[in-house]
Amino acid sequence: MAEILEEAAIREICQAHDCNRARLLDIARAVHKKCGYISGHAMNLIADELSTHRVEVESLVSFYSFLSDKPRGRIVIRLCNDIIDQMNGAQLVGRAFSEELGIDFGRTASDGAITLEHTACIGMCDQAPAALINDVVVTNLSSDKAREIVRELRQHTDPQRLVKHLGDGNNAHELVNSMVQNNVRLPGPSIFSPVNRGEALRKALVMSPAEVIRAIKTARLRGRGGAGFPTGMKWEFARAAPGDRKFVFCNADEGEPGTFKDRAILTERADRVFAGMTIAGYAIGASEGILYLRGEYAYLRPFLEHVLQKRREDGLLGDDIFAAEREPAPPKPAGERDVHRRPGTAGRRPFSFDIRIQMGAGAYVCGEETALINSCEGMRGDPRNRPPFPAQEGFLGCPTVVNNVETLCCAAKILEEGPATFNQYGSEQSSGTKLLSISGDCRRPGIYEVSFGIELSEVLEMCGARDAIAVQVGGASGEMVAPDQYDRTICFDDLCTGGAIMVFGPGRNVLEIARSFMDFFVEESCGYCTPCRVGNVLLRERLEKILDAKGEPADLEYLEALCRTIKTGSRCGLGQTSANPVLTTLKNFRKVYEVMVQEDREGLKRSFDLQRAVAEAEELCGRESIHNHV
Amino acid sequence: MSQSVMFMIDGVQVEGRAGQSILEAAGEAGVYIPRLCYKEGLSPHGSCRVCTVMVNGRPMSACTSPISLGMIVENDSPRVAQLRRDLIEMLFVAGNHFCMFCEKSGDCELQALAYRFGITAPKYPYMFPKREVDASHPDIFIDRNRCILCGRCVRASKELDGKNVFQFVGRSAEKRIAVNGEALADTDAAVTDAAADACPVGAILKKGVGYVVPVGKREYDDKPIGSDIEAKRPAAGS
Ligand SMILES: Cc1cc2nc3c(=O)[nH]c(=O)nc-3n(C[C@H](O)[C@H](O)[C@H](O)COP(=O)(O)O)c2cc1C
Ligand code: SF4
Ligand code: SF4
Ligand code: FES
Ligand code: FES
Repeated sequence: MAEILEEAAIREICQAHDCNRARLLDIARAVHKKCGYISGHAMNLIADELSTHRVEVESLVSFYSFLSDKPRGRIVIRLCNDIIDQMNGAQLVGRAFSEELGIDFGRTASDGAITLEHTACIGMCDQAPAALINDVVVTNLSSDKAREIVRELRQHTDPQRLVKHLGDGNNAHELVNSMVQNNVRLPGPSIFSPVNRGEALRKALVMSPAEVIRAIKTARLRGRGGAGFPTGMKWEFARAAPGDRKFVFCNADEGEPGTFKDRAILTERADRVFAGMTIAGYAIGASEGILYLRGEYAYLRPFLEHVLQKRREDGLLGDDIFAAEREPAPPKPAGERDVHRRPGTAGRRPFSFDIRIQMGAGAYVCGEETALINSCEGMRGDPRNRPPFPAQEGFLGCPTVVNNVETLCCAAKILEEGPATFNQYGSEQSSGTKLLSISGDCRRPGIYEVSFGIELSEVLEMCGARDAIAVQVGGASGEMVAPDQYDRTICFDDLCTGGAIMVFGPGRNVLEIARSFMDFFVEESCGYCTPCRVGNVLLRERLEKILDAKGEPADLEYLEALCRTIKTGSRCGLGQTSANPVLTTLKNFRKVYEVMVQEDREGLKRSFDLQRAVAEAEELCGRESIHNHV
Repeated sequence: MSQSVMFMIDGVQVEGRAGQSILEAAGEAGVYIPRLCYKEGLSPHGSCRVCTVMVNGRPMSACTSPISLGMIVENDSPRVAQLRRDLIEMLFVAGNHFCMFCEKSGDCELQALAYRFGITAPKYPYMFPKREVDASHPDIFIDRNRCILCGRCVRASKELDGKNVFQFVGRSAEKRIAVNGEALADTDAAVTDAAADACPVGAILKKGVGYVVPVGKREYDDKPIGSDIEAKRPAAGS
């Protein structure tokens, strides 16, 4: 009986998504929510409804870490075990969860109610250790809190009731209802400035699309997602690309460990982000937009849907934007120019644009723009081969612009106040301001809006981290900077970053930090290409060997060569940057490695453990050695 | 007629046609670019990275990158060869390749590439992963120990057979090839499928024919892989 009901529910979910193969990720998420996991039988049903193949469903389900093909608890606790959380005591918190539940990580409690897992950065590094309990974020964890959470969940089984106090700003909005703190320590002139709702869009719509693009170019806006591609140029490519249907994507996957600024933007300035998307749509000739929201930020979704709905009601989104202000053009004699054109009124052609939210499901690589597009098409988040580039052929084969949350905010701001106001900050090559997400060993972790060109030393001063022994700029894929380089600057020509600043104080071991980053990349590689899939595992193996005091001097050259191969050979940005933690620590913290690797006194390989080798051999042949090896 | 496109590869001027990949255009001119996941007649995949060349100094996979006028391609150079050697070694250590017991030995493209690049033993440690074998089907078996995740079976099944027998599941180092059902026997795979002949290594094999061609008389036993392409190269000075 239960099975028949479940079958009906699964078919209903598929039908509610029009049995559209491209919505497979949404369907899988919904089925997962309904059934707790996606069984082989469920895969067959979905495949049947969508006229696809079971293995295609399995392929997708097995890719995303929030989807499981094995039974799991109705409640899943996901504790972040990235380096920042580890430094803040995540190990103890993990042990407390584990003991209180009576299970190891990766297991489900015997009553089947609660599953315990580790996860990569959930964007709460400024309030670590942090965990997700289903969609609910719990922060600043301690062992005591962990035990208390388990006890409570056993009683009422409702994660939402774990929310005891509300965070600042919109975190306290009834649709967010979260304990998360924004921690915006330094609101600057651009992103977090007050929004004059509708202003940017109104100004854009009286310009021609080409003029809008020119404004973005004049402001010299470059992408804030990490790569720094000129935004105006990207929009121009998409505008020029042939096609009736085009798309604007907002990349809110924010998966780079140590980055959490988009979280605060979406909480406090969602209107500005959506304005930016709408303006981009107008500029390139698109009428559809998608916000790709990482699964970890699901707690923001109801609120964001609400903001979208209000924009529709207010005529800022949907059919014929600003229709009320767009009076029909008065008939005019041929050849005569319309001199009475008022902003936002006559003469403008109707412009329609709408936005939907696509939820991710736990995959860092989906932040890579082509993987993100695949994910939105209901596929695995494997990046695509390039060319073609998304601006030529993106979502459903149509020209697509993908921009970071912060970039789109900047675009809205540029239209709001003009390019000159925007680019008075920063420098020629790096104009405007940048949000930094600062975490780790500092007194004031949080979000800071600074002008491009700021020195790292000033950043450290600002956040209370004068004694930092190392700073990782740019998240796991970034660069580990040593104290003698703190005069370097945050900008596209020097320390180019999506904004993650992870601070490491006295007593931290850069090798262990690098190893932790390698754990992350090994886990998050999509596995498509050889150097990234295999090479990152090899890199981690050799780091572990060195940390195990078994390293030899030759291992350093081995590491360098391996890093080069991974970087050069990999297909997408993940593999092209995953070796950075090792390469940059090898370069900037060479001494730390050198004291860890030694030539063996007797010319033997230090990594060779005779006792262990004999034990292994004994086990394999099922008898004890007759020789004495001691 | 497609438009002619001139470009340089290893200092030699080559003429290709607009829309061709570097790998195809070079191949027609008798320049062999090593490859594993590429197979003529299938869409390119870009996963093994063995075909990586330097284009105007930047690494690109030759099988997925179109030629363009005046591009300068570096294919046969020490640094490119070293990269390819590393990639081939990675594929060896990431799986369980015991060539002496493998029916594909001598016909295997991975083994043949290793010989061509003079690899005798990998510098990387073996990972000895645990992988599943599927012998459920009466005529075909899958030994995932030897799978290099090139996706040729996936594409051959879709693009040539009009089926959907194979697909990838999982990610990272856990990624593996799966079939459309609990086991291969549950699928509509047939021994006559193009997919049954698509595998470059000994991961998908036909039953009962393993040694019809004896070792010693196999494709790559006496000439290196790529020789057929290189034979098309016009003699110097002609
Ligand atoms: C592995 C990987 C992860 C990425 N994650 C993100 C992300 O979470 N957010 C983001 O905006 N860009 C991310 N990017 C960069 C995007 O591919 C893309 O360049 C960016 O969204 C473009 O927007 P922008 O030009 O506005 O920066 C990632 C890139 C890679 C290679
Ligand atoms: S570099 Fe890594 S993430 Fe990118 S395609 Fe290759 S395997 Fe996938
Ligand atoms: S089974 Fe063979 S053809 Fe298929 S992915 Fe593996 S190596 Fe490639
Ligand atoms: S939340 Fe754990 S590192 Fe970001
Ligand atoms: S042959 Fe080009 S990447 Fe495999």
